Amino acid sequence: MAVNVYAPHRAKILNINRQTEIDYTFTLEADVKPLNGQFLEVSVPRVGECPISVSDFGEGYLELTIRRVGKVTNFIHDLKVGDSLFIRGPYGKGFPLAAFLGKRLIIAAGGTGLAPVKSVINNFCRNPGDIDKLDLLAGFKTPADVLFKAELQEWSKKFNVQVTVDKGDSSWSGRVGLITNLVKELTIENTDNTRVIIVGPPLMMKFTALEFINKSIPEKNIWFSFERKMCCGIGKCGHCKIDNTYVCLEGPVINYVQAKRLID
Amino acid sequence: MGFQMAKDEFNLLLKKLGKSNRIFAPKLYKGAGKFSDTDLVAYGEINYIDDIIFDTKTSFSAKEIVFPINQTMFYFTEEEYREPAIDERGIIIFLRACDIHAFKRLDAIFLENGPYKDNYYEKLRKKVKFFLMECAESFSSCFCVSMNTNRTEEYSVFVRKENDTVFCQVKDNDFLSVFNHYGMTCKDPVPDFVSDNTIQVKIPSDISEKLYNSSMWDEYNQRCIACGRCNISCPTCSCFTVQDIFYRDNPASGERQRVWAGCLIDGFTEMAGGHGFRQSKGDRMRFKAMHKIYDFRRRFGFDMCVGCGRCDDVCPEYISFPGIINKVYETSTEGGE
Ligand SMILES: Cc1cc2nc3c(=O)[nH]c(=O)nc-3n(C[C@H](O)[C@H](O)[C@H](O)COP(=O)(O)OP(=O)(O)OC[C@H]3O[C@@H](n4cnc5c(N)ncnc54)[C@H](O)[C@@H]3O)c2cc1C
Ligand code: SF4
Ligand code: SF4
Ligand code: FES
Repeated sequence: MAVNVYAPHRAKILNINRQTEIDYTFTLEADVKPLNGQFLEVSVPRVGECPISVSDFGEGYLELTIRRVGKVTNFIHDLKVGDSLFIRGPYGKGFPLAAFLGKRLIIAAGGTGLAPVKSVINNFCRNPGDIDKLDLLAGFKTPADVLFKAELQEWSKKFNVQVTVDKGDSSWSGRVGLITNLVKELTIENTDNTRVIIVGPPLMMKFTALEFINKSIPEKNIWFSFERKMCCGIGKCGHCKIDNTYVCLEGPVINYVQAKRLID
Repeated sequence: MGFQMAKDEFNLLLKKLGKSNRIFAPKLYKGAGKFSDTDLVAYGEINYIDDIIFDTKTSFSAKEIVFPINQTMFYFTEEEYREPAIDERGIIIFLRACDIHAFKRLDAIFLENGPYKDNYYEKLRKKVKFFLMECAESFSSCFCVSMNTNRTEEYSVFVRKENDTVFCQVKDNDFLSVFNHYGMTCKDPVPDFVSDNTIQVKIPSDISEKLYNSSMWDEYNQRCIACGRCNISCPTCSCFTVQDIFYRDNPASGERQRVWAGCLIDGFTEMAGGHGFRQSKGDRMRFKAMHKIYDFRRRFGFDMCVGCGRCDDVCPEYISFPGIINKVYETSTEGGE
């Protein structure tokens, strides 16, 4: 009997890290070996299923950073260590790590967009010799929305890490403004040797890419990670399709040259 | 191999086949039509040849036999999940050439798109055998000839009813052993395929980006009411949404189900936070048209639409899909293709 591709496996919750009021990071016991940037279909039986990026992984565990926005994610946030989630996957195309070797890598991430690239950053944090240089430009709505604070600290010891918020408050001494401003300020000498990852809401990705192109980064050196409604993750339900591209199959990581042609 | 027999004898044959198969065919549902006092012709299980409606197109296609409108994927109990059992019998479907072609489209999505097969579809699809019905003449809304779906060789048995006699052409050896016990052999009856329709469409081989911004789509912003009937009636629309439910009397148990979805209907692309794409009906119409006559072809090498005309038959706003295809052709080829 063929295995049912829709059948989820139980994965025990080992740890819950409350990043912000609405974003929790769950560490799950799992033997899944994802590629950086792939996603899982995560479910709670009787409640529902949704796509979630793998924010990090290692021997015997993986990590999901989940924002509470609706039915399934609300339920997940009420779970405790020792409870289980149900997962299937990993699915989709991840980031082409090989294309980044020896290059300068610039990552621009907005909000929860930091989740799918976290494992990429950690990978190079462990192997800094693999790349020439890494810049992380992270944008959040407010200081209360800043994700992965401990990691940002850690990363800034090795890399150029810039954090900005749309709207500051009295506690915030950092940058205020859009990610595109941070891009404007970057000095990029060797554009051919530079690779760019952009992850965030659709408009943020579009305008950030244009800013990089302004700075003469070749379009083929830029990658997006897309989000679309998904009900299967495996090219059957049709919800994620744009033109003849299925985001769950050919994405979520898509090169700009292809991405700019996609018309919803 | 050709067989000829009286209707009564064919009924005995159906009874014999029915022991190990469920037999589906276009069937009359009295009073179930769109308007009160009208009848509906739709797929259902039949026992006798006179149950089969040979001369009317079904409003809905045969796809629901292998891709049910609402299908349970798992039953959940407190600790475990379980797949529902399926009927072990084979499935025989009486259908026309275009509808046989439509299954090839569903096969492409469910069995070939991406690295995995959809096992719910596959399990039922493997059981299916096609019994071809011919079209004496084209129905008024069909454009199968333009879509190259008017003829087929992909069937097990061809069945023609002429007054009280039934003629069959058996191509699938699996059925010979059964047919051998009924009627007498005769010259192979050859199915009549429709060779022209009143409606014809032209499909551009390539579609330029300008079509996406064309004003041709604006008219549907008002006209289309996003009821999704065109999606539901289409034999090649394959989209679905997955949802979980729990039982009211026992909230610890429930089901995961999939339900047909349609790209014309509100919420198809809705994501968390209320982000959605293709909010206007014109954009949705463009998306559907491109899928049916361009996007799908770029992945699989043939068009998705089979020209059955059902979308036109059911649209409450009298929107013509072949009309849209021809406008796409004109817009794409303005100034030479
Ligand atoms: C590839 C991919 C990776 C992702 N990675 C992550 C990740 O790492 N972390 C993360 O937190 N999220 C991620 N997401 C998003 C995540 O999948 C959604 O947040 C999740 O599906 C929400 O499910 P829910 O059941 O909790 O919300 P739902 O209950 O489905 O909806 C949430 C909200 O959406 C709106 N909404 C939904 N449907 C409608 C409708 N029909 N009409 C109007 N409004 C509606 C409502 O405002 C509702 O409150 C990812 C998505 C994709 C595609
Ligand atoms: S789009 Fe219309 S004509 Fe084409 S296959 Fe679907 S229902 Fe038939
Ligand atoms: S059947 Fe007609 S009105 Fe309804 S969604 Fe389709 S095109 Fe629009
Ligand atoms: S998520 Fe179902 S087709 Fe992509």
